[in-house]
Amino acid sequence: MSIALTAPPPSRMRLGIRTGLIIAVLLLAALPILNLLPRDSAFHVSDFIVSVTGKWICYAVLALSLDLAWGYAGILSLGHGAFFALGGYAMGMHLMRLIGPRGAYGHPVLPDFMVFLGYTELPWFWHGFQSFPYAMLMVMLVPGALALVVGFLAFRSRITGVYLSILTQAMTYALMLAFFRNDMGFGGNNGFTDFKELLGMPLGTPSARAVLFYASLVLLVGSMLLCAALTRTKYGRVLTAIRDAESRARFLGYDTTRHKLFAFVLSAMLAGLAGALYVPQVGIINPGEFSPGNSIEAVIWVAVGGRGTLVGALLGAFSVNALKTWLTSAAPDLWLFALGGLFVAVTLFLPRGLIGLFDRVKKGRGA
Amino acid sequence: MKGRSLYLDGVTVVFDGFRALNNLSLVVEPGELRAIIGPNGAGKTTMMDVITGKTRPTSGTVRFGDMDLTRLDEPTIANLGIGRKFQKPTVFDDLTVFENIELALKAPRGPIACIKWHLTGEAADRIGQVMTEVGLVERAHDPAGILSHGQRQWLEIGMLLAQDPELLLVDEPVAGMTDAETEHTAAMLVGIAGKRSVVVVEHDLEFVRALGRRVTVLHEGSVLSEGSIDHVQNDPRVIEVYLGR
Amino acid sequence: MRLLLVLLLLLAPLTGRAQDAFSDALPGLGGGFAQQAEAADRLGALGDPRAVPILRALSDGRLLKRPDGTLLIREGDRVTEVATGAAADPAGAEPLRINNRVRQALRGALGRLSLVSPDPAERLAAAEAVFRSRSVENIPLLEAALARESLGRVRERLELALAASRMASPDEAAKRAGIAALGETSSAEARGILLEARATNPALAGEIDAAIASIDRRLTIRRAFETLFQGLSLGSVLLLAALGLAVTFGVMGVINMAHGEFVMLGAYTTFVMQEALRDIPGLASWSLPLSVPAAFLVAAACGAALERGLIRHLYGRPLETLLLTFGVGMMIQQAVRLGFGAQNREVSSPPWMQGTLELPLGVMVTQNRLWILVFSLAVLALTVAAIRFTRFGLEMRAVTQNRRIASAMGIRTGRVDALTFAFGSGIAGIAGVALSQIDNVSPNLGTGYIIDSFMVVVFGGVGSLAGTLVGAMTLGVVNKMLEPFAGVVLAKVFVLVAIMVFIQRRPRGLFALKGRAAEQ
Repeated sequence: MSIALTAPPPSRMRLGIRTGLIIAVLLLAALPILNLLPRDSAFHVSDFIVSVTGKWICYAVLALSLDLAWGYAGILSLGHGAFFALGGYAMGMHLMRLIGPRGAYGHPVLPDFMVFLGYTELPWFWHGFQSFPYAMLMVMLVPGALALVVGFLAFRSRITGVYLSILTQAMTYALMLAFFRNDMGFGGNNGFTDFKELLGMPLGTPSARAVLFYASLVLLVGSMLLCAALTRTKYGRVLTAIRDAESRARFLGYDTTRHKLFAFVLSAMLAGLAGALYVPQVGIINPGEFSPGNSIEAVIWVAVGGRGTLVGALLGAFSVNALKTWLTSAAPDLWLFALGGLFVAVTLFLPRGLIGLFDRVKKGRGA
Repeated sequence: MKGRSLYLDGVTVVFDGFRALNNLSLVVEPGELRAIIGPNGAGKTTMMDVITGKTRPTSGTVRFGDMDLTRLDEPTIANLGIGRKFQKPTVFDDLTVFENIELALKAPRGPIACIKWHLTGEAADRIGQVMTEVGLVERAHDPAGILSHGQRQWLEIGMLLAQDPELLLVDEPVAGMTDAETEHTAAMLVGIAGKRSVVVVEHDLEFVRALGRRVTVLHEGSVLSEGSIDHVQNDPRVIEVYLGR
Repeated sequence: MRLLLVLLLLLAPLTGRAQDAFSDALPGLGGGFAQQAEAADRLGALGDPRAVPILRALSDGRLLKRPDGTLLIREGDRVTEVATGAAADPAGAEPLRINNRVRQALRGALGRLSLVSPDPAERLAAAEAVFRSRSVENIPLLEAALARESLGRVRERLELALAASRMASPDEAAKRAGIAALGETSSAEARGILLEARATNPALAGEIDAAIASIDRRLTIRRAFETLFQGLSLGSVLLLAALGLAVTFGVMGVINMAHGEFVMLGAYTTFVMQEALRDIPGLASWSLPLSVPAAFLVAAACGAALERGLIRHLYGRPLETLLLTFGVGMMIQQAVRLGFGAQNREVSSPPWMQGTLELPLGVMVTQNRLWILVFSLAVLALTVAAIRFTRFGLEMRAVTQNRRIASAMGIRTGRVDALTFAFGSGIAGIAGVALSQIDNVSPNLGTGYIIDSFMVVVFGGVGSLAGTLVGAMTLGVVNKMLEPFAGVVLAKVFVLVAIMVFIQRRPRGLFALKGRAAEQ
């Protein structure tokens, strides 16, 4: 009976991954410090590398959130970019309010685009965003609420698989169309830009860059720990069960709608946080962030890394984005071929992604 | 334990003009073991679907004790104490045998409850007990995906036991089993009955005979005959349906 | 000069032999300025189209007078006699001169006379001008013109002008007649005139209001029909885009995110055909019809290659298929962008597809939209026929219903899969031909349609072509009905939300397959 009483010991693979992750986080954490070294130092890291890596960290959080929904709960969302963008817009609204009278038109309250579009007063949904805690709350609540509504409608009527994927894609597409409109009150085509400061810290300076970088890194480590802890509970196993045989789980008494909704909303909130940290780092947010292409790119990060492993999502986000950064400057015409090719190659030859590949290599060596 | 009886009255299910169930009436008393037989398309699986909330009847009453099952969804019905084993064994392939049974174990089913849940000694004992009962202790930490067909059947039965239901609906439990396994299953189901009600759908008449309990014959969505196995086997209408035409 | 006058007076009875007012008025044109102006007015009021070339000649300085008083017209090198139309010798003839007063009279006369011009377009323009002037003096003229007018569209305009002119009359009875006539029309302009008149004629307010209400009723009906047509037109586009998907996704259950790219390939095939046939005299005008089979073949070939090369390895794994085909779509798009450039390509419409058509009640429809509507229904009919009545369709249905049994009966299922997928892709290509007529032919042409197409298929019910038809038309009409209130974008968003809510009620779409088959 003792065999039943103990949970299986963590495999050597798992320990290896944990060590690798700690080393990777330490290396990332060193980047802004190395950036402070004199330019001629062999260890100097350029501003470009720091800001690009900061962006990738946000992407990695997005990938992680998607892996929670897709890899564990089986919800292949083709609209996760919408949650990311909504978080970004909430943060953008905070940053716009902080510009205050320093805008080109010098209006004490209204952002430039509103003056330009002839607004006379702030729309109701802009109130409160001058407060940082309120903005942070919205960063999570807005994507969470959208996920709650869409998820509730979809899961309740048992929309699963490709139907759900198309539905989420339609969701982000509709949001993109809506945010392109000037009368929505979100700056239309141009979105928000020309941010000045955040928490009293002028943006665009090396110190602001470092702070945002570390904030993103903390978010990444925090979300990783959260997701890892969550997936190791019985809840994680319920999600896996729903993913593999939803109807069976329902006959076991699990209200799968609630379980999926919980994971989906949590995932959307994480994506929103990632978007919120992304925006001050790139200095702009516009409706293009809602484009279905962005969401599906996030899916390929997870697929390339290996879904349902969490680590794979991180690996995929960093490696695909590294490839993208390199290729879009080396041979911009080829990037879309490479991305398309990744979709084909991963689905046909690497169904479990890079993690699965390492696994196989290791097993092959062990045997 | 004061059991509840299952009560179907005048249940009709129409798919696109086709009557899968036609004015079906059936009562299963608490603790009873009932075998249901019938040719293909007699409505056996549809009956199970109606009881477990997968299919809504076009008309008719389905009650479990004083609960109206036609208004409830699958998880709620399952949590009322009605467990179901499918014709084609479905277990969670990526989870281990242990984890499969852990998920089935009677416990609060909400997301937060699942997050807070941790394996108590009592729960582990219960899981071990179930695994012993279905003979899968050695496979405790193997993923269910690598089990043989028979072992999957057993695992599913084990999950049903872990659920601790008041009423078990078992769809063709011995399909693909060896004679010895079939015998063992019959003995187990007989053992379970009494504490719980059991409804078994089966093609295998030898197995039904081995159960030795009341038999209901379904045909074209309604009850054709009911009684002991000898009684129904000698019922001319049953003979006609099975052999005639 | 005096002699001339005497001569004219003598001649007058002679020309009067023609016994009609027209001939009577003509000689005046050869007289002094005052006479000329008077004659022009008279000719204008007569409403006889024969006067038009003569008056025009006078105003252009091409009307000559022989010393004997005979009037001649010079038309290029030809000179003819005005009264008889016979060729004449211009020797000794002098061009008639006119002054500003005559010029003004000529303009007025010509303006009115164009009401009876042989050219309908000219008549229409004249009616328009008279309508705008709204002068009481035009009433008899308009009545005359109406009496001889046979073309419906001009008549309508003339009636409107007459009614408007009557409204300007001080006579109450005439006004009433005008109001009644305006109330019979379905024109927004008539409504405007009535509104204007309401302020100045308080006595007639009741009648005017009734007339306005009756116009509004008709305008509402017309607008409803126009919205309906626009909706059906949008629906036909959706139908074309979704039909191929209804085959590959609906019948085969294969999700193809590159579907939009096949549509795009069809549009580019149309462009290539147009360029290739541009300089071949007999074929250039046939490039659009010829593009239909060409686009079908191109898209079908790509579809077959995609199915055999990639998709078949992923049967039963829809999410993977979705990602794979998305990647393929991305590559096709980029290949086209590199090959043809990112900018829009111009595909011209053949003449028979251009212009607008006016239906009863004044409903205006554009020809190309109408053609696409007809075309989409034809493609639907052919698709249904191919599935219902051909050997291929039979095998296709057999394979989708029970692959193993079909295979056991000797159907080569792999080949049927490839053909079915190619067939669905080919229909997407055909959709591209039609879309090239109304949308920009650019590499991302297909992207905009893929989501809508899926919505149509899901809304209509997966696996049902009738559902696809009804789904497409419903979505099209609902979209267009919402647009006036919500704007294009919000209408789209509303429709998306509505579909989500609809799916709550009927998860399997409008034309759901029921029973066991649907449970799988």
